[in-house]
Amino acid sequence: MIFKAIFSGFGGQGVLMMGTSLAHGAMSNGYHVTFLPSYGAEIRGGTANCTVAIADEEIASPVASEPDYLVVMNAPSLFSFQNKVAAKGVIFLNSSIISERSSRSDVQAYAVPCGDIAQDLGNTRVANIIMMGAFIKKSGIVTPDIYLKSLESIMGGRKKGVAEINRKAFAAGFDYVKD
Amino acid sequence: MVKIVSKKPNSLKEKIFHYCPGCGHSIVHRLVAEVFDELDIRGIAIGVPPAGCAVLAYNYFDIDMVEAPHGRATAMAAAIKRVLPDRMVFSYQGDGDLAAIGIAESLHAANRGDNITVIFINNAVYGMTGGQMAPTTLLNQRTTTSPAGRHKTLDGYPLKVSEIFSQLQGTTYIERCAVSSPATVNKTKKAIKKAFQCQKDGLGFSLVEILSACPTNWKMNSIDSVQWIDDVLCKEYPPGVFKDETAARKLAEASS
Amino acid sequence: MNKTLMSGNHVIGEASIRAGCHFYAGYPITPQNELTEYMSEHMRSNEGRVFIQAESEISAINMIAGAAAAGARVMTSSSSPGMSLKQEGISSMAACELPGVIVNIMRGGPGLGNIRPAQGDYFQATRGGGHGDYRTIVLAPATCQELADLTMDAFDFADKYRTPVMILADGMMGQMMEPVIFKKPTPRQYPEKFMLRGAGTGKSKFIRALLLDPIDAEEHNWKLARKYEVITKNETLCEEYNVEDADMVIVAYGTSARIAKGAIKRLRDNGMKVGLFRPITLWPFPEQKLRALSAKIKNFFVFELSTGQMLDDVRLALQGYAHIDFHGRPGGAVPTPAELTNVIARVYNKND
Repeated sequence: MIFKAIFSGFGGQGVLMMGTSLAHGAMSNGYHVTFLPSYGAEIRGGTANCTVAIADEEIASPVASEPDYLVVMNAPSLFSFQNKVAAKGVIFLNSSIISERSSRSDVQAYAVPCGDIAQDLGNTRVANIIMMGAFIKKSGIVTPDIYLKSLESIMGGRKKGVAEINRKAFAAGFDYVKD
Repeated sequence: MVKIVSKKPNSLKEKIFHYCPGCGHSIVHRLVAEVFDELDIRGIAIGVPPAGCAVLAYNYFDIDMVEAPHGRATAMAAAIKRVLPDRMVFSYQGDGDLAAIGIAESLHAANRGDNITVIFINNAVYGMTGGQMAPTTLLNQRTTTSPAGRHKTLDGYPLKVSEIFSQLQGTTYIERCAVSSPATVNKTKKAIKKAFQCQKDGLGFSLVEILSACPTNWKMNSIDSVQWIDDVLCKEYPPGVFKDETAARKLAEASS
Repeated sequence: MNKTLMSGNHVIGEASIRAGCHFYAGYPITPQNELTEYMSEHMRSNEGRVFIQAESEISAINMIAGAAAAGARVMTSSSSPGMSLKQEGISSMAACELPGVIVNIMRGGPGLGNIRPAQGDYFQATRGGGHGDYRTIVLAPATCQELADLTMDAFDFADKYRTPVMILADGMMGQMMEPVIFKKPTPRQYPEKFMLRGAGTGKSKFIRALLLDPIDAEEHNWKLARKYEVITKNETLCEEYNVEDADMVIVAYGTSARIAKGAIKRLRDNGMKVGLFRPITLWPFPEQKLRALSAKIKNFFVFELSTGQMLDDVRLALQGYAHIDFHGRPGGAVPTPAELTNVIARVYNKND
């Protein structure tokens, strides 16, 4: 099996963190992974995106011709990438700031108001983790436990409170999307 | 009982200099070698000669040396010193090497305060390539690439290396000397010795600019050449100590 | 052993430090800045190691030449435009037989070009790049794991042959993260006699490449040429993938080889028997191995992120014994495996 996912949004929305934490989680689970970020002038104040590939065999190309998953945190990202998504693929969109919806009828789309949920939790910076909660639940690529452990190991020696709010945020996103 | 009044310094090889009659390089080579002997640093000295007339310096200095591409001697010397901080590392560079093609490397090594010594030969002309205009060529001075004389609006002005480098916070000791008479030669040796002492004491970047004759490319005889250093070159490039923070830095080190 | 998820730039940095890199100098340029940053953080926290942010790439390469002369394991890194500046120093290091590792994380060119992944520096890397008769060993990794391994090997090659060794990757390799395991580096074997450490009470040494007597210079050139022959004989590396039953073989290296692998999977799913020949050493080019393939395979397809540079080496290797098609995407354009699949499928069916 091989999955490819694109995460995209404004610089500062924690889009690259979404990708690295997923890649790290998949690595901990024993999968082959690649993580390919956008870089350089492209992300200075503009949009950032990354592609994560996860497979149970060697990954040939880190580029996604047809991503199975697309996670968009802002509207420009939706327009840029929605047509690349594979048929029967899945799109997650941050409905707090994206009023439009995907024009694709052959994909499954989840609108997650992760900005609003973050506000309710009292920390607007965790919108990306909320989205990851929804993503992990629907993709099932790794278990929540493995994902959260990876997230903590990436965040490293940062304050203890961060791990706690991240767990809360993840749970909120996880619970938001129904089974 | 025989009294030795003059001998070849141990830090020089048994070789006859290839430099032109009247050229300042031979004098400065000897002065540097004498300083090595006196400071007893021949065994820990590593030198980087330039591209230019002194490119063959390793034929004369009996110390470890490594060649640098044109202008890059201070970059190499700084790196060698960082790898081997207890060795005495110096570059030996002409005006084209240091002040034209290698000005960036020289200036930044100085600005970093790399604990190296730079022996800078300023003869206001490119010697090895046959007498072309140098960054230090005087206004109206005729060279093979300024046949009508260096023109200020077309060619720019003589570059004052000691003045510029003494402005850099990273430098410790900057002196300009000349090798035009027994008195100035003695003074030059003192400056060279002080520069290496500065390095030995770990006090930072030292540079000795030496006004030096190039009779061949100046198209003068040896006597006129040294006279021209005193009468003309020294007016544009006044000798003197431009910066000496050795005492202050020593004090700061002792109190820290 | 634990895998670590790291970007290619960081992998090179970590591998070099584990391999005992003692001196690094570099100048910021995208897309390799993370390597310079990694070195700044980790070299200075390692007792006695040196990191210098140089004032230019010219200075950086000459710094590592100086540090190599002093006996240190050395590395510098840059990206395409910066590599042009380094050529003077690389020629000098090759001439003076100074070991060192030089990393080029290629970007789009010519000129300032852009910062996207490209492979337009193949000629510069494999033909010497600077002036004079010399070669540099050029290693072209295609995965972060290979980056880790080859970075360590690069130091050993440099010491063994006393020559600069280049790691030629691109923006995608530098930026991409993959899990890696760092192997145990081999202890350094580099004789003291080649190091300048001060003459002590003994004979002084000098390291130089200025040989005014043409007979001396000619002998030095032939000495280097003989060394390059030995390297060519002993050190070629390549990977063959799905070539056993192939009707057509793609020749690609680094990032383009990865894209090609993705395309090959799709082509094979559609019944097209396509394989991959991936040179890992670009110089020496694995021409014997490639030529051997042409005994049974008559169609080759060169794919590069350039207008066709390695293509020359493939032609030289195949010597007209097989048909060669080419597809190139210069200037930082990177096709997806799906796009490449379409291009190859058209050629495959035409040749059929």
